Order: sequence, then structure tokens, then C-alpha cells
Amino acid sequence: MLSHESLQQIDREIAKYPHDQKQSAVMSALRIAQVEKGWLPKEVIEFVAGYLGMPAIAAYEVASFYNMYDLEPIGRHKITVCTNLPCALSGGVHAGEYLKEKLGIGFNETTPDGMFTLKEGECMGACGDAPVMLVNNHRMCSWMTKEKIDQMLAELESK
Amino acid sequence: MLEIEIDGKQVTVEDGSTIMDAATKIGAFIPHFCYHKKLSIAASCRMCLVQVEKAPKPLPACATPVTNGMKVWTRSEQAIKAQKGVMEFLLVNHPLDCPICDQGGECQLQDLAVGYGGSQSRYEEEKRVVLNKNLGPLVSTDMTRCINCTRCVRFTTEIAGEMELGQAFRGEHAQIMPFVEKTVDSELSGNIIDLCPVGALTSKPFRFSARTWEMSRRKSISPHDSLGANLIVQVKHDVVKRVLPMENDEINECWLSDKDRFSYEGLNSDDRLTVPMLKQDGAWKQVDWQSALEFAANGLRKAAKENGPAAIGAFASGHSTVEELHLLQKLTRAIGSDNVDFRLRQSDFRADSFRQGAPWLGMPIAEVSALNRLLVIGSFLRKDAPLLAQRVRQAAKRGLHVSAINAVAEEWLLPVKNRALVAPSAIVPMLLQVVSALAAEKGVQVSEHLAMAVPSTVSDEARAIAQSLASGKKVAVWLGNFAVQYEAATEIQLLAQEIARLTDGTFGVIGESANSVGGYLAKALPIVGGLNARQMLEQPRKAYLLLNAEPDLDFADPIAAQAVLSSAPLVVALSAFKSPALLASADVLLPIAPFTETSGTFVNCEGRAQNFNAVARPLGETRPGWKVLRVLGNLLDFDGFDQNDSEAVAAEVLGAEIAPRLSACIAGMAFAYSVQHTDALERVSDVPIYAGDPLVRRAASLQKTRDARAPAVRASSVTLAALGVPSGARVRLKQGAAAAELEIVADDTVAANCVRVAAAHPATAVLGAMCGQISVERV
Amino acid sequence: MSASGLILAGLDGDRTWGLHDYVARGGYSALKKIIAEKIPPETIIAELKASSLRGRGGAGFPTGLKWSFMPRSFPGAKYLACNSDEGEPGTFKDRDILRYNPHAVIEGMTIAAYAMGCERGYNYIHGEIFDVYQRFEDALEEARAGGLLGQNILGSDFSFDLFAHHGYGAYICGEETALLESIEGKKGQPRFKPPFPASYGLYGKPTTINNTETFASVPFIINMGGEGFLNLGKPNNGGTKLFSVSGHVNRPGNFEVPMGMPFAELLEMAGGMRGGRKLKAVIPGGSSAPVLPGGVMMDCTMDYDSISKAGSMLGSGAVIVMDETTCMVKALERLSYFYFEESCGQCTPCREGTGWLYRVVHRIEHGLGRPDDLDLLNSVTGNIMGRTICALGDAASMPVQSFIKHFGSEFQYHIENKKCLVPPEVQYQGSQIYVRP
Ligand SMILES: Cc1cc2nc3c(=O)[nH]c(=O)nc-3n(C[C@H](O)[C@H](O)[C@H](O)COP(=O)(O)O)c2cc1C
Ligand code: SF4
Ligand code: FES
Repeated sequence: MLSHESLQQIDREIAKYPHDQKQSAVMSALRIAQVEKGWLPKEVIEFVAGYLGMPAIAAYEVASFYNMYDLEPIGRHKITVCTNLPCALSGGVHAGEYLKEKLGIGFNETTPDGMFTLKEGECMGACGDAPVMLVNNHRMCSWMTKEKIDQMLAELESK
Repeated sequence: MLEIEIDGKQVTVEDGSTIMDAATKIGAFIPHFCYHKKLSIAASCRMCLVQVEKAPKPLPACATPVTNGMKVWTRSEQAIKAQKGVMEFLLVNHPLDCPICDQGGECQLQDLAVGYGGSQSRYEEEKRVVLNKNLGPLVSTDMTRCINCTRCVRFTTEIAGEMELGQAFRGEHAQIMPFVEKTVDSELSGNIIDLCPVGALTSKPFRFSARTWEMSRRKSISPHDSLGANLIVQVKHDVVKRVLPMENDEINECWLSDKDRFSYEGLNSDDRLTVPMLKQDGAWKQVDWQSALEFAANGLRKAAKENGPAAIGAFASGHSTVEELHLLQKLTRAIGSDNVDFRLRQSDFRADSFRQGAPWLGMPIAEVSALNRLLVIGSFLRKDAPLLAQRVRQAAKRGLHVSAINAVAEEWLLPVKNRALVAPSAIVPMLLQVVSALAAEKGVQVSEHLAMAVPSTVSDEARAIAQSLASGKKVAVWLGNFAVQYEAATEIQLLAQEIARLTDGTFGVIGESANSVGGYLAKALPIVGGLNARQMLEQPRKAYLLLNAEPDLDFADPIAAQAVLSSAPLVVALSAFKSPALLASADVLLPIAPFTETSGTFVNCEGRAQNFNAVARPLGETRPGWKVLRVLGNLLDFDGFDQNDSEAVAAEVLGAEIAPRLSACIAGMAFAYSVQHTDALERVSDVPIYAGDPLVRRAASLQKTRDARAPAVRASSVTLAALGVPSGARVRLKQGAAAAELEIVADDTVAANCVRVAAAHPATAVLGAMCGQISVERV
Repeated sequence: MSASGLILAGLDGDRTWGLHDYVARGGYSALKKIIAEKIPPETIIAELKASSLRGRGGAGFPTGLKWSFMPRSFPGAKYLACNSDEGEPGTFKDRDILRYNPHAVIEGMTIAAYAMGCERGYNYIHGEIFDVYQRFEDALEEARAGGLLGQNILGSDFSFDLFAHHGYGAYICGEETALLESIEGKKGQPRFKPPFPASYGLYGKPTTINNTETFASVPFIINMGGEGFLNLGKPNNGGTKLFSVSGHVNRPGNFEVPMGMPFAELLEMAGGMRGGRKLKAVIPGGSSAPVLPGGVMMDCTMDYDSISKAGSMLGSGAVIVMDETTCMVKALERLSYFYFEESCGQCTPCREGTGWLYRVVHRIEHGLGRPDDLDLLNSVTGNIMGRTICALGDAASMPVQSFIKHFGSEFQYHIENKKCLVPPEVQYQGSQIYVRP
């Protein structure tokens, strides 16, 4: 179900916790699985649960509780824009509008070519860098002016 | 102990009590939803907020520990304001569909809303809609009504032992669900219906069939397993509509197994026999009671006269009432025959004349929670005795160490510390090793009659079990149904008894049926050299009485039972149901009442006689079994068949104290066992949970559950490899002259060199005995 | 980032986060001193108490006192947790501490573990800052390799294991018991207290949880002594503090300044008001702290007591600055949406009430407000506050109450006129995409 590398990474996470507390690694394991698969189909969640010896529904609770897991297929690149108040004061909402316009989609939508999914995010703890956006969960982009957004989209498109 | 004042009343409670505990103690009602006395505390619904002296804000009674001198007001202005506030929030997203809700009339939200709700909602936005979930054939959902109290989630996790439900998503989107597309398959699932304080989880079989207030509530006793769960049966126009638990902390607590709860559907099945029937020249026809009874009486009289009374034999199901069992044996013995037995699935009766009493659990059910070591031998504990297993599960959380010896490692959803997974023929050798290791561990001698048989070297598994038991302070050893049904049952009992002796523990038998104990007390078994259930088949009789049993599904060897009964000149069957096998075997069918239509008594595994009354009028021309047997006695001119009521019948059996008559022990019997090493494949049989008795077999919804799926042949991957058969293949099973074709699946919970083939199922009824040699070949 | 203060002093962005530079800045000297001089745990806790360090996570609880709650003689495992789940809108200080000075946190936690006898610790890092999580992992590796973490630290018989745990998008995990649940591999739903983490924490064992900045302050306290630290700030408000300034200022960012600095001065450090516009309102301690009118704020100093006297909270030290072009209804709508989105869902008042609040504010903003709506909002918040397991219920209510209290006329105007009081031509002018000078 998951690649050897992913399993190795998961094993490293498991090792951080007391040996009878494997479940503690579920968040990392789901993250690692999502990086490999692009999103979290139920079979993957079930596999992760089995790997950690926890009930499948408990893993599903986790996968559905935390925002950054995707329980539905998404585009090749996911862009999450923070529109919370501090960011909004420095153009977070406008940056989101600009992205919508550029991509021709709204929040929670994917471009027809399957390239981009756009999401509205909550505070990322980077309000001083507004507008901020998160690319594919793991890359934070700061001070995103229109020019920088154009650049970012071009760069992602070529990947 | 702590002193606390609630609403001006003083109460003393134990350390660690909550305000809710204290309130319960003085009978003060604090409204609540998420709190449930048998579940962990969530403190999330916030309905139980009360005012506490010096606390700046209201506190949840369910979770707030009592401190000495605490003053609490449950109905002060602050408390009521908080409670009303919470009630308003609960109703924000709750549909107001009470008129069409099955919970109507028994809804805690509805009840409390009357007292705490405002007259009109201030919330005027659109209400949340939550998709329903398919939880399987028993529990119906209306998830929009859910108030997220999480009682159901906590029940599956904590009581049923497996988290089958969760609260997924968060905030307002939080919803209760099983894992994507899974159902709730626990044998205890129906309890979530009772736990749900609103109409989100309701009974699927019961759905829309009656309103609460239209039904009468009557007490009864579950007729299925040896626990004897207490029931409330709800009846409308003499039809049983629903079964609920009657709380009894010493037996079922507030729970029921699904078998107890949903088997009532079988009462209304098309298979009900409602008119007496006679077979004449091979054709069945309906007759009046008089003709049927006279036919039966004359037939029995004739058979006894022509062939001697020993030509008569009687079989009864252990699910019959004490009254029925008693009158059946009384009738048989009045005829002059000692051939009577209710232990139809047993194959080893060698211990009969050495028994010290009626085999019972050896301890009160409620004391399971005090055990700290338990050895369970030859048991499908979880499916055979779901609520007993539940007790063991709770005790395991409190430190009970469980060991198991069986040919199948059934998942009990509780920690089993030590497990010996061995073929049936290796159970006795394993027990001998445990005895040996235990004697060494304890530094005591093995009983003389066993000394010769006990080996000097023991396996690690045996030693681990012995060590666990030896370190116990309160130890019990239990035999499960398989151990009792197996052909070496006698040796297993002798050794289990020895283990209990060596550990100063109690020794008991779980018991297969509602009257596993009652049948012994009623003496529904040979006592002066008559034939037992097995012998009555091995040495065919001329005439048989058959009480509440079906030849193809209720006997240890269904092939033999069907052959013998269908060729016997006379079979008088007393039954609530008809079936092809009964029609083929019997000559006269007498419709007798199931447990809901007769009064009667079951004696449960702890030796407690529980009597019950009819909750509905008998269907059609059905009559209570005890009355039919009494009339048969009258027609045959026997004395002692003139009881006015069932109590009088029961008194003949239960008049004297029961406790002195209970004992699982065997005394004075030599242990003659030689290890017969065999390479042959052995059959292990369980009686699937919804196959054990005629009633449950006809409960339509239970028959749609996962537990009722047609049995496959199960064998470990090692065994499969040795046989050269892949998992999923169709195989031909041969047992003696019998054969059947089934699917085989890999299942590593089965001991090596065994195949698990369920008994009591039409698909396997064409095979022979429940245990013994069997061969498997791919087709 | 400012170069003043303690934790952020002498840093040079991404270049100097490593062990080598930290040691060159005097790092790990506190830990070394403790080990070398075998300073008794009680002495460390006494120093903490003397420093008057108050928890930097939001509640401002005295750290020394918290540490003293840990059962000293408890036989089994004890745990330490660092709360780097910074997700309170406006707060972005812990991210800078972790990426520019991670060893200060590691050293602080190690000292804490020593003082409280913890054998293992976890740093719970906010989901959205994966790069910071990775850097912290690297820093942990460095510390382990340097004998500063793990078995027999610096050759002593003191051992402490520290690991990073990565969140994945749930504000509520910043609440300390939700954080523990999350480390246990569950949903982040807060636990009812009592029992408190000091007796029943991670995996049911005694646990102490502190904020990143709190831990990062510890080495400095040990080095300069409790008194020294206290004297940097003012009585009852010891030390320096990081303020995350966001919103309508010329230079948003983190500023580590002595406690008690006048707000006006802090505003100056942040470059003053963007475009020279007029200050309208400030949320001084993260989104859940009550909003204050600009005028009131200009009279405050940046410390727990002054802000509290003005009717708000210093909270996490997140200062959200809003100018005159801001529509307060719209601002509140966005905050209410946040709490609605982030409620964990267990408590009835929070699960049902946060959505209710948001929907009412939303309808006011969209010209559908009703005359009774402000009373309704006040009443609903009253039914949420103090009735829930954790403080998210309060956090969701306080903005609503304070926005109505200080800017009620603006709400009233929206309801009556179905439009905004801020003239359309200036509305959101201050909120255009920010371009760094
Ligand atoms: C809803 C909620 C969110 C919180 N978020 C954070 C957070 O992001 N970071 C943090 O340090 N504390 C947060 N806290 C406070 C913590 O519960 C806890 O008080 C703190 O981590 C203790 O550390 P301290 O004493 O060092 O401040 C939050 C509390 C609540 C109720
Ligand atoms: S107040 Fe809200 S976030 Fe906090 S525990 Fe209750 S439901 Fe969860
Ligand atoms: S019963 Fe106490 S909070 Fe639900």
C-alpha cells in the first residue's frame, strides 16, 4: 500500500514514542501517506490504522479532524491562502481573490486540468508575513504580491 | 468519606465521587445526556451544569469531584440558567420531528426540553442535516437528530470492546459514524439504541411498528444463553414488538446481547406451528388437539407395551423451561423408561454417574469483577456468552489476567495474557502440562488419580498459564461449550477441576443453554442406567418424544439424529416451529408455546431460578408445553400430572434449596487417558451465535448480520499449505460417510491441523459429529 | 525581527540558528552550569519564581509556580511538552524563535526536565510550518550529537529525550490538553480538568506544558538570575516579551522588548501606521483578547497588568492593529468564522454556539441584521462563556462582546442602514496587498 521509503519514515516517527504508544505516530503516518498518495483514500487510512494497531475509525477521526489532510482527491498542487483577520488586513483576502481570478476557480475547487486546488486557510502563525500561502501543505510562501503569485504559479505549473 | 450538601440535603459519599454520584445517592435528578453510569465521563454535553459554592461559574456535575464540605445547588437560578442555555443550544440543530420519531415518548431530549426549553427557538438559521449511516440490519439511523453525546462511541469502545463508531470531523460538522462503509457488527450493538438519548439510533426491526405508549411492558427472561438476561418485552395486541433490557446489576446490568434483544422476530415467523398436525400415510394434515394427543398417547402406550418401556426415548432442548423438562422426564419415567436427555450436543457422558451436582459456573456472575485470574477452556466465550464476556472484559481492565486454552483463538476483544492454541485432541495433554507446572509452581502434590498421567516436561505455554494462575488470589477455571461437547469432556473436566483445586479457585461450566443447570435439576437425563442422548441414537428406539429440538440442527451428530428419528416408528414432537427436518422425522407435531406465550423458569449458570409469565396469548392453537405434557400424562393415566399451574410444576423441582445441588465436580472417577497422537485433520465446531436454538434461527434481522453469514471452512495458513489448498477455494469435506462442499478460508486463529466447521447450520448439517476426524480435498 | 531583547538578540536570520553559533552566543552555558554545579532542582524553580516569568502561551500563568506542581517523588515516567502550536490569529512569535534560535528552546526544555525530573519531552509544532519542524528536528540532532540531549547529558547521570511532534491543522491543539490528546494520536479534543496535566497528563502521566517562548526564556533566567530577568521588565511582569505586530503598520513583525514598554513606542518600532492613516482599534493579545479602541490602547503599556486594566488581555502578545478604513463588523465576522471553524465539537455550547454567533454576525454584515441581533449576540455569548470544557468558548465570545461594546454603533448602523459606516471610498484601503518597503 505504501512505499518502502514511506514505511521507513513512519517507522522513524513510531520510534519517537513509548513502544506501547504507536498510535502517537498516526498524524505523521497520515502525513507521510498523503505526501506519497496525494490525498488519503479510505484504504490508505485503513492501512495506516492497521500498521499502527489502532481501529480504522480512530484513524479516520484524526484524518477528518485536522484540516491539512485531504479526504478527497485534489489537484497536483494545493494552494491554501490565509484569509484570517491579521492577514486580511494586509491583503490576504485580495491575494485570494487574485488567485481565484488567475485560476478561474473558487475556494475548494480544482482547475479543470487538475493542476491546482485552491483552499482558504486559517491562521498559519505567520501573520507578519501576510499575505501568506501554503503550497502543498509544506511550503510557506510569504509577502505574496501579485507578481510573486504569478511567479509561484508559473514555477508550480512547470513541476 | 466526604460530606457534601446538595440542595440543602447532607450526603456522605466515598472519596473520588462526583457531584452526580452524590446526587444519585440522594435521588436528586440532575439533567444530563452524555453522562452514563457504565461509561467513561465525557463532560461534553454540559447539560448537568450546577452551581457550586465559591466556583465562579457553573460546573458539570458528572465530572466535578466532590470535595469535603462542598455546597451544591442543582436548581438555583445560576444552575437553571446554565441548563436552559445548554438546552437551547441542543435544540439549535435538532429537527422538531417528534411526531414521526420512533423515540417519541421515550426521548430524554423531549422530556428535558419540556422542563428546560424555551417556548420558541431564537435560532432561525437553516438547521444542519447529517447523512444517515448504514449500521447494519439492527440499528437504524437518523443522524440529523444526533446531539453528539458520544455515548454510542464510548459504548463500542469500552463495553463492546471494539471501537466501531467514532466522532469524525469537528465543530459543527462533527458526526458520529462507523469507518467508511463499515457497519456495526458487535454482538452487543443493540445497546447503543438504548443509550442514544434521542432518536438518532433506533431499532431497525422495530421501526415505525408501534408507538411507545401503545405497548404494554412485561417482564421476562431471555431464553438463549446461560446468563438469563432480564427482559422487558413490549407487546401490542398480543404481538411482541420490541425487547428491552430490564436492569439487573447481578446479571445483565443494563445491557442485552443482540440475541436477547432481537430474537423476538422469530416469534412471528412463518415457520410457527400453530395447529396440531398428524402424519398419515406420509401426508401431513391438521387435526384438533384431542386427536393429536390421543394419537401420541396411544402410540407411546403401544410402543411400550409391544417393545417394553425402554423402547421409548425422550430428547429435549436445554432451552426448554424447567417445567417442560421436568414433566418430560416425569412422563418418560412414568412410562418406565430412563431414556431421557437434554444435552443433545454432548458426546461424552462417561462422567454422569460421578457427578456431584448440576454443573454450574461455580460462582455468582457478579463476582466475575472480583476475579484476578481466569482460565477459560474450550470456549467461544464472546459469541457463546456475550454478556459474560463483557463482564470479563471489564474485569480485565481492572487487572484480571485471562488465560485461554482452545482450538480456536476467537477474538474476545480483551487482553488474553496467555493462550494455548491447540487441536482438540491436544487439549487434554495441554491441561496435563498445566497441572504439572502448577503443582511445581505451588510446591504441592498432584491428586493421586492423576499423578501417573502428568508429564514431567511442560511447554512454555503451559508454564506461562500455570504461573499466571499460581500468582492469583481469586482464581476461576471455566469450561466452555466446546469443552463440554467434546469427546474427551470427562478428562478435560477432571483436569480443570484439578487446576481449580491447585489454585484454590472455583471451577465452573459456562453452560450452553438457558437451562443448562435447570435440566440437571429437573433430572432430564438418565439416572438409573438409561440411555443418554448419544446412546439413544446409537441404539435406536421405537418411539421418541422430541421437545423444542430440531433433528438437523440441535444434535451433536445431525446425520445420526435425522436418520434415527426419521426411521423410528413414532416420533412425538413438541415444538413452536415446523421445519422440513421436523416434518420428515415426526409423526405428530404438537404446537407448544415459545417463552413469550407460557410461564416457566430458567435456572441460569449461577444457579439462579428466574421464572417468568406469558407476555402474550399463545398464537393460534398453541398451548404451553407444560400443559401439553401434563395432559399426555393424564391421557396415559399416570399419577402426578394434576398440577394446576406452572408454579406447582416448578415447585416439584425447585422446592428444595438449589445451592446444595450445584457442583461442577466429578468425584471418584479414575483418570484413564492415553495420548493418542494423530496426524488426521480434526474438526472443531462452534455453534454460531444466531444458530443455537429454533427461535433465534428464525429471527430475520439477526440472520442478516455478519455473525449469521453462511459458514466457511476455516483453517490456518499452515494447514492450508499442508493441504495444498488456497484460501478461497471450494473444498469437499468428508466426515465418515457424510460429505459437504464449502469454501475454505485461511484463518490463523484456528489451531494447526484443524478445520473449523460451524455446527447447527443447514450448510453443515449434512456432516456428522461436531468433532472428530475430517478430510478436506479441493474440488 | 528585531535584534534587541534576549531570545532574538544577536541573530542573523537563517544563518545563525545552528549549535555552533548558539554556543558562540553563550548558549548552553546555563545547562552546563547546572550540571557542573549540580544545582538542585528546587533552586532552579526558585529562580523561576523570582523572575516572575509568566507563561507566554496566553494565560500568563506564573511558570515557577506551575513547575512546582509537578509531583517530585512520582515513581514512573513524567513528561514535558512544549506548545509551539501557535495558531491564535495574530501570533507568529514562536515560529521565529524556533527557526532562528531553536537551541534556546531545547536548552530551556532540558533545564525544565532537569528541574521537574521529566524523562521525555515533545515539542508540538504547528502544522503549517513544516520547514520549522524540520529545522527543529535538525537542531535536536545537533544537540544529541553534542551530548546535550539524550542519555547522560554532558556526562552526568541526567538523561532527557526530546522529540518533535508535528501538528496538521487544528487551532484547538494549542489548548494544552488537546495538545496532549493529539500527541497520543487522537483528535485534539480538550480534556475536562481536573485532573490537571500535572497529575494526569500525557499517557496519563504527570506532565508540564509551556509555551515555546516560555521555555526559550529559561536559559536567560538561569544565566542572569531571576532578579536580573525580573528587572528587565516591571514587577509581576518580568523580563522581555515578544510582541507580534500585524495589521495596518508599516513594518509588521516580531519585536522583543522589555515588559512595560508603552504601546506607542512599540507602534513606532513597527514603523507606525501604514500610509499614515489613523489608528482605529487594536487587539492587544491575539484574536481572542477583547478589542480596544485605538485611543485607549495608546495609553497602555505592554504588560499583563496595564492591558488587563484597560479591559483586555496581553494574551500571547499578538498585537493586531486596525486603521480607520476597517469595517469592524467585517473584522468580527472573520474572527467569528475562525472560532466556528476551529471548535473541536465536543461541548454543546461551543459546537452549536460558535456557528450561531458567526451566522448572526454574517447576516449583520450582509445587510440582513435584525433589531434584536446585538442583544441576541450578547445573550448567546453569555450562554457560551464559562460553560465549556476549554477556553475556546470564551475565546469565541470575547471578541463578539468587545466589538459590540466598543463599536456597537457601527453594528447598529449596519443593521439599520444595511450598509457600512465606513465610507465605501476608503473601505479596506488599508487592507490592500502588503508590499514590503
Ligand atoms: C483555544 C486555545 C488555544 C491555545 N493556543 C495556544 C497556543 O497556540 N500556544 C500556546 O502556547 N498556548 C496556547 N493556549 C494556552 C495553553 O492552553 C496553555 O495555557 C499554555 O500552552 C501554557 O503555557 P505557558 O504557561 O507557558 O503559557 C491555548 C489555549 C486555548 C484555550
Ligand atoms: S469549548 Fe469548544 S473547543 Fe473547547 S473543548 Fe469545548 S467544544 Fe472543544
Ligand atoms: S452529563 Fe455532564 S456534561 Fe454531559
